[in-house]
Amino acid sequence: MSNAFIAFQKNDESRCIVEAILEDNPGAMVDDQPSMVKIDVPNRLVIKRETVSEKMGREFDLQELQLHLITISGNLDETDDEFTLSWNN
Amino acid sequence: MDMKVAKKLGLKERYALMTRDLAWDTTYQKMEDVFPQTTYEGIKIHDWDKWEDPFRLTMDAYWKYQSEKERKLYAILDGFNQNNGHLSVTDARYINVLKLFLGSTPPLELMAARGFSMMGRQMNGAGPRVACQMQAVDEYRHFQTQIHSISNYNKYYNGMDEFAHQQSRMWYLSDGKSFFDDAITAGPFEFMVAIGFAFEYVLTNILFVPFISGAAYNGDMAAMTVGFSAQSDEARHMTLGLECIKFMLEQDPDNLPIVQRWIDKWTWRGTRKLASVGMMMDYMLPKRIMSFKEAWEMYVEENGGALFKDLARYGITIPKCFGQTVEEKEHVSHQSWIGFYMKPEATPFHTWIPTPDEMDWLSEKYPNTFDKYYRPVLEYLDAQEKAGNRYNNKTQPMNCQVCVSTMKFNEPGDPMEMCFRESVYKGEKFHTCSDHCKEIFDNEPEKYVQTFISSHQGLQGNCEPDGTDVKAPDFKPGQNMLDYWKLDKRALGDFNGSEDQKNFAAWREQATKN
Repeated sequence: MSNAFIAFQKNDESRCIVEAILEDNPGAMVDDQPSMVKIDVPNRLVIKRETVSEKMGREFDLQELQLHLITISGNLDETDDEFTLSWNN
Repeated sequence: MDMKVAKKLGLKERYALMTRDLAWDTTYQKMEDVFPQTTYEGIKIHDWDKWEDPFRLTMDAYWKYQSEKERKLYAILDGFNQNNGHLSVTDARYINVLKLFLGSTPPLELMAARGFSMMGRQMNGAGPRVACQMQAVDEYRHFQTQIHSISNYNKYYNGMDEFAHQQSRMWYLSDGKSFFDDAITAGPFEFMVAIGFAFEYVLTNILFVPFISGAAYNGDMAAMTVGFSAQSDEARHMTLGLECIKFMLEQDPDNLPIVQRWIDKWTWRGTRKLASVGMMMDYMLPKRIMSFKEAWEMYVEENGGALFKDLARYGITIPKCFGQTVEEKEHVSHQSWIGFYMKPEATPFHTWIPTPDEMDWLSEKYPNTFDKYYRPVLEYLDAQEKAGNRYNNKTQPMNCQVCVSTMKFNEPGDPMEMCFRESVYKGEKFHTCSDHCKEIFDNEPEKYVQTFISSHQGLQGNCEPDGTDVKAPDFKPGQNMLDYWKLDKRALGDFNGSEDQKNFAAWREQATKN
């Protein structure tokens, strides 16, 4: 099984996004590096709009992820409610 | 900024309406006449509508988010520059990694912008056309932001002002130039594998992620913001490259051997280009967050391995060169740095021997190779330098006919032996650096015999500065390379004793007292 991962620039908004990922993905591992943070999840990583909105205390559009993203790994599928990275292996 | 958008349609519907629904098939002219480039490589496509951008990014959303990225980037850049941020980097040696990074990358970004503009015209489907147009604009943005970042450093430090002139002339910039020249002169699908897959997935994941995190660790907010802002687009670029590979494989089983050959070729070309990034991470960052080897394992072996396992269902196998890249990850950064150190009169950045502490870090990170092969060389060069006998290789390097790297890599399985391969084409000998580059050459010799290698051309008298009298009786080709390159002589040679070193020390002194 391979890890799907995502990395963000460290800032206040991405802190909320990371909290949401940790809540929605049991088994998520955080790798804290200078000015960036990388989160690995075995096989499938999901970011839910609703959880991020709750952490931020405002409505969040998943396309706002574009502003903070550094890199991703996995096949991507994005809808209004979920941003999913997964490997079929 | 309030990013709230009034949602009337879902993301999938919006994407369908704003991309495919705005496109049409031509009727006055045949579609194959309007899009003639997408068939000659042998790739068979039956239904272009099967291509979908998984980000489902539409042009209106693209402009909105990109403008926000630019505002953030320039706010940080202005703050850094206004506050004399260049004096807050760890030590002045660090500036030299910028000379290499910012001196080599912007012209490649510009070539990527040109390439994706072509793809935005050449691809039949609306999905890839829109995604390629966005990527073309991204690449142009990276080109501009990198140059804006150079302009501040260029006010204070030597050797950064002639990067555009040097791009197509200098020996060590030829590997990147040749990578893009090779890609852009291939067909559209090969270009997508070359840049969308190999460059974005293999290369930028190391250059713009751990290396840029390292730049931040060394106090360089300008390189950090430029690098991470670029990389926020790269996530989309990698996705485009992967979608293109999956699309080709899903459209027709006959595409598999063609795609496999491109993956083999471009993974290797990306690997060769990474040798200098390895040296930037291991030798040129005064404070290091991880070794090149560790970055390679994280982003290429694990991440690339996951991708190849995923593509196995289409019949794709791990690139042929993979085993060799795993062996080389323990060598290439050392071989590159030693190679650059030995040519003090041929680069617009300084070199140095690592401090004893830094050598210990390298021993710890490279337990199988550093003490055995590279520490003794560095210690010998150090002793010679201290004895007033600084090594200076004044000859022109020999470059590989395919990747145009200098010949410096070792024979597989034998780190003490340099690797050369030879092919004969139309009675002429051509040299390559490895089995993989030889295979690329042998597959398309007519293409690679045209490679312009300035260090070889210089010796034939084809690289002379304006005004050189090549008919003069005492004319010797290749004697004026420094002027041909427009090298700033203050930027040559050792960091120790350089003007940059003295200025930085004096300015930092001024920054702390009246």
